[in-house]
Amino acid sequence: MMRGSGKAAASLPLLLCGCSIQHYQSTFGNAAEEARQFNTLFVIFLIVCAVMYAFVIAFLIGSIVRRRRASEANVFETGRHHATNPAMQTGLMVWGGVIGTGLIALAIASFFADRSMAQAAAHEKLSITVTANQWWWDFQYNSADVSKTLRTSNEIHLPVGVPVRIILHSNDVIHSFWVPSLAGKQDLIPGRENDISITPTKVGLYRGQCAEYCGTQHANMAFVVQVEPYADFIKWWEQGLAPARAPNAVLAKAGYQYVTTRECAMCHAIAGTTASATVGPDLTHFASNRSIAAGTLPMNQANIRRWVDDPQGVKPGTKMPKVPLAPNDLKAVVAYLETLK
Amino acid sequence: MNPEELEDLREENERLEAERARIARDGHHLNGAELHARLDRTWRRQPGLIGWLATVDHKEIGRRYIVTALIFLALGGVLSLIMRLQLARPDGHVVGAARYNELFTMHGSTMMFLFAVPIMEGVAVYIIPLMVGTRSTAFPRLNSYSYYMYLFGGLMLWVAFAFNIAPDIGWFAYTPLSGPQFSPGKRADIWAQMITFTEVSALAAAVVLVCTILKARAPGMTLSRMPLFAWAMLVVALMIIFAMPSIALCSGMLISDRLVGTQFYNHYEHGDALLWQHLFWFFGHPEVYIIFLPATGFVSVITEAFCRRPIFAYPVVVLAIISTGILAFGLWVHHMFATGLPRVGYSFYTAASMTVAIPTGLQIFCWLATMWDGRPRFQVPMLYVVGFIVTFVIGGLSGVIIAAVPLDLQLHDTYFIVAHFHYVLIGGAVFPLLGILTYWFPKITGRMMSETLGKIGFWILFLGFQLTFFPMHFAGLLGMPRRVYTYPAGMGLELPNLLSTIGAFAVATAVLLFVINGVVSYFRGALATDNPWDASSLEWATSSPPPSYNFEHIPVVASRTPLWDEKGDLPVVTGLRVDDKETLLTTVVAAIPDVREPVPEASIWPFVAACATGVFFVSSIFSPWAVPFGGIPTAIAMAAWFWPSSLKRTAEPVIA
Amino acid sequence: MSSRSRTSKAVIAGFALLAVAACHREERHNEPKPFNASIKAGESPPTISPGSARPSPLDPRAADFDNNAPAIAEGQYLYTRMNCVGCHAHGGGGMGPALMDDKWRYGGRIDQIAATIAEGRPNGMPAWRGKLTEDQIWKLAAYVRTLSGQPSKDAVSSRADAMSASEPQTLSKREPVKNADTAGR
Repeated sequence: MMRGSGKAAASLPLLLCGCSIQHYQSTFGNAAEEARQFNTLFVIFLIVCAVMYAFVIAFLIGSIVRRRRASEANVFETGRHHATNPAMQTGLMVWGGVIGTGLIALAIASFFADRSMAQAAAHEKLSITVTANQWWWDFQYNSADVSKTLRTSNEIHLPVGVPVRIILHSNDVIHSFWVPSLAGKQDLIPGRENDISITPTKVGLYRGQCAEYCGTQHANMAFVVQVEPYADFIKWWEQGLAPARAPNAVLAKAGYQYVTTRECAMCHAIAGTTASATVGPDLTHFASNRSIAAGTLPMNQANIRRWVDDPQGVKPGTKMPKVPLAPNDLKAVVAYLETLK
Repeated sequence: MNPEELEDLREENERLEAERARIARDGHHLNGAELHARLDRTWRRQPGLIGWLATVDHKEIGRRYIVTALIFLALGGVLSLIMRLQLARPDGHVVGAARYNELFTMHGSTMMFLFAVPIMEGVAVYIIPLMVGTRSTAFPRLNSYSYYMYLFGGLMLWVAFAFNIAPDIGWFAYTPLSGPQFSPGKRADIWAQMITFTEVSALAAAVVLVCTILKARAPGMTLSRMPLFAWAMLVVALMIIFAMPSIALCSGMLISDRLVGTQFYNHYEHGDALLWQHLFWFFGHPEVYIIFLPATGFVSVITEAFCRRPIFAYPVVVLAIISTGILAFGLWVHHMFATGLPRVGYSFYTAASMTVAIPTGLQIFCWLATMWDGRPRFQVPMLYVVGFIVTFVIGGLSGVIIAAVPLDLQLHDTYFIVAHFHYVLIGGAVFPLLGILTYWFPKITGRMMSETLGKIGFWILFLGFQLTFFPMHFAGLLGMPRRVYTYPAGMGLELPNLLSTIGAFAVATAVLLFVINGVVSYFRGALATDNPWDASSLEWATSSPPPSYNFEHIPVVASRTPLWDEKGDLPVVTGLRVDDKETLLTTVVAAIPDVREPVPEASIWPFVAACATGVFFVSSIFSPWAVPFGGIPTAIAMAAWFWPSSLKRTAEPVIA
Repeated sequence: MSSRSRTSKAVIAGFALLAVAACHREERHNEPKPFNASIKAGESPPTISPGSARPSPLDPRAADFDNNAPAIAEGQYLYTRMNCVGCHAHGGGGMGPALMDDKWRYGGRIDQIAATIAEGRPNGMPAWRGKLTEDQIWKLAAYVRTLSGQPSKDAVSSRADAMSASEPQTLSKREPVKNADTAGR
């Protein structure tokens, strides 16, 4: 489990290239109130179910190893109907009672857990609107002051300890927003507005993934969640509002020229430039993201080049076309994208 | 009355007497070899291809259902092996994303629609008339039609797969992904039309089963003396009749949206994507009980025979089957806990989903009590029952876990769910199925399956199954969603997936062994007597395999375990015609003889009607004009089928 | 014997035709083939200018996109996202000409439509070469053809998940592209 945002930042590439098991996308992550409630309830259910199973297996083993009396044989063999075992009849009723009681207890536990999660949902201080697309995530941090609205793609930061309300929309088909380390999932259904409430409790880096089959690249529709102290979060938000700075290096300048006047600007937006399309993800702070293409590739220069050169090779079927870039153009574009911190 | 009228009456009476004397009926004066020869001539299948296509013998149709369903099991199983190879390691390159999506769609659709329900229907169609002591099912031509519709639906789907236009929308095809904008081409239409074929087939078979079980039972077999498998199939058939129309409606609406631009699932025009989910799962949840309840019937049958005593607390088991069937219709929203419907409503479905565990739990107690109080012998069918109890209960308990909304919100659409439903479907339905196929193999083929091979196969299957699916619980808890063609390294998913892949090949080996056992035993197994297992129900009162007419005389039943209670020969009723096909119908509850019903002759029209309907359905994928133009040949075929000239006689009253 | 083998040959041929037709309609082309010489800059179909001679042959790349269901679906997506609707509405036209009628000033064959999109045209049609890839242009052209009902009804989708703008494309009448407007189809 991740502790401390500094360590988190340093171990990102480690994390995403998978050199050890980390609970960054797992119900064992236990990094938010909701995840903790799940784990408590799950353990309760597991214990009760294990006890029930033990009863069944004990009865089964008993039936198998029991020594049989000849009087219990069938009528075909003995010509007699044997009497119904009254102890067994009582046993049946007790069994029914035990199952019923157990299930009622579990249902009540579930109801209370559900209710406490719903009640927590009334106190959110922050709200993020998520719009899911095939196969990437659009996030918008809502603010009373419209000029402070922040748009990011495929990665969010959350302040630790602050309840956040995540509003869920979809632009095309049904998707599902799921960060197992933090909370359960909720579907994003076109034509409906759903919402989910999360109160993160542990600083760290987590991964979420779409959990409702949404087409060819459903498997590669993930996003990164960074939980950090409130001050760091505010700093990140302020930095995010700043537009992209014009590059100085020659190669990056050439890249800037290409990106803002050619194919890229038809779909992507980079604040501070003329590129302002909303068809694809926002690239203003692209190089600060931990992953490329919604969790498909870890962020580094080689992968940026790989993605820009042939998105269809990396993520076949994705909406981003393969733009036939000349090698110099490719170098320039990659250089420019790397400056978008 | 004047003397002339009296005279006319007397002459009429004499004429009728003479006519009646000419009709040969089974009885004291006509039995043995001569009775067999004449009955066989009446009931056996006509030779040649036409005879083969036109047969309405339920045993023939049941065998075809079983063989076809097992072929689809094998095909669906091969797909799962390819999927498991792809998932054995992260970032696998066995198949690409698009192909993987087709594979899991085909696997789910084949297993659910082309294997699980049809094989239960097939076993029931074969054994129910024998079990309830009659010569034929009700509506035998409808039975034949239902098989051909099933076959054509399955062929359509798999031919599409062969032509590389397989559906890739998942076996439950949520809109808007399966709608006209996001699923271009005809793939989704093929899926939806396969549903139409199989639902028509299932509805037809359900009607046949309900009428057979309610009206064609042997005299004396009151409802409370009916074998538990017959109870299970009665409830299942009624469930099919209530559940199938829902999926017929939603798949029909999907085809309509895709073909002619209706707006059922388009929220911009006041349709709703969730409408699909409600209608589908209103069918989909009862569907899994439609698959599971016949398996509970199998378990009851096997347990009774192999513990050598009647099932403990028969009335409780019957009530459990009925209440499961009813409760199953009130659970469907538990598939939709993540869709954002009102939370209070969800609590109702949590409670209902847990309630349905109670009747099943009671049934398990009854089976275990039968074992406890009986003298179990652990031959292959009983091994499968034990395997069923160990495995299914895990699946049932993981179901109780995901019935709780807060837990389901984490576990929904993860591999935990995949583990759950394979535990209940394979543990809860396939294990009893393999047991019952072993148990009824001697009755169907006249030979015994190999006990040794059966035991080896059981253990490989049981252990392989646990290896395949138990790790999936962990994969789900560790964050692996469903329907992903790959997963990243470093999440701890490598080990569970690798174990699942190894286990999958063990399961495949076991199924292969079962098939080899079946095929080899068919040709070289030990010959079976009438009742090799010393069981108690009526199907064992006739030869193995049964003659074309099932029973020489219709038996009379006085208890739940007729073959155990009547030493020597069973009492019978006599008087059914020998040279015409005739069967005895009895009253619904008390099974008092009611009418002697003529049974329809073999007919090619069900096959022709199924072909016409098939062409109609397939062409309606491509053009709405198929509806009027395809409907006409279908109507003609149906008219020829129902033309009354083939029925020479009406039902006659029983002569008491 | 010979009649049976003829029948079986006919059946196989029938299946093969079905297979080919099916394969073509449903094939997904994610990796575009190199477009070295497909839409050369500045080359309009010669039949546009009066008195010109034979029509140019149909670009072989057309087969990948014309009557191809996934390409048409992608084109539908692009038509909305690239704001073709802004001038052409959903085929009815407005600032730009209607696309659902039978009038094609610059040709109604798929490669001619692609050329129009790539090169731009007088009276305000922007040139999209360099802004959209060749692949995307061809997909748009495939979709544009559905607005006048040209492709086979198998390959089009009946409606978008959007507000209803026109009759379902699976039912719409085919507005024939006249010979004078196109090169040969």
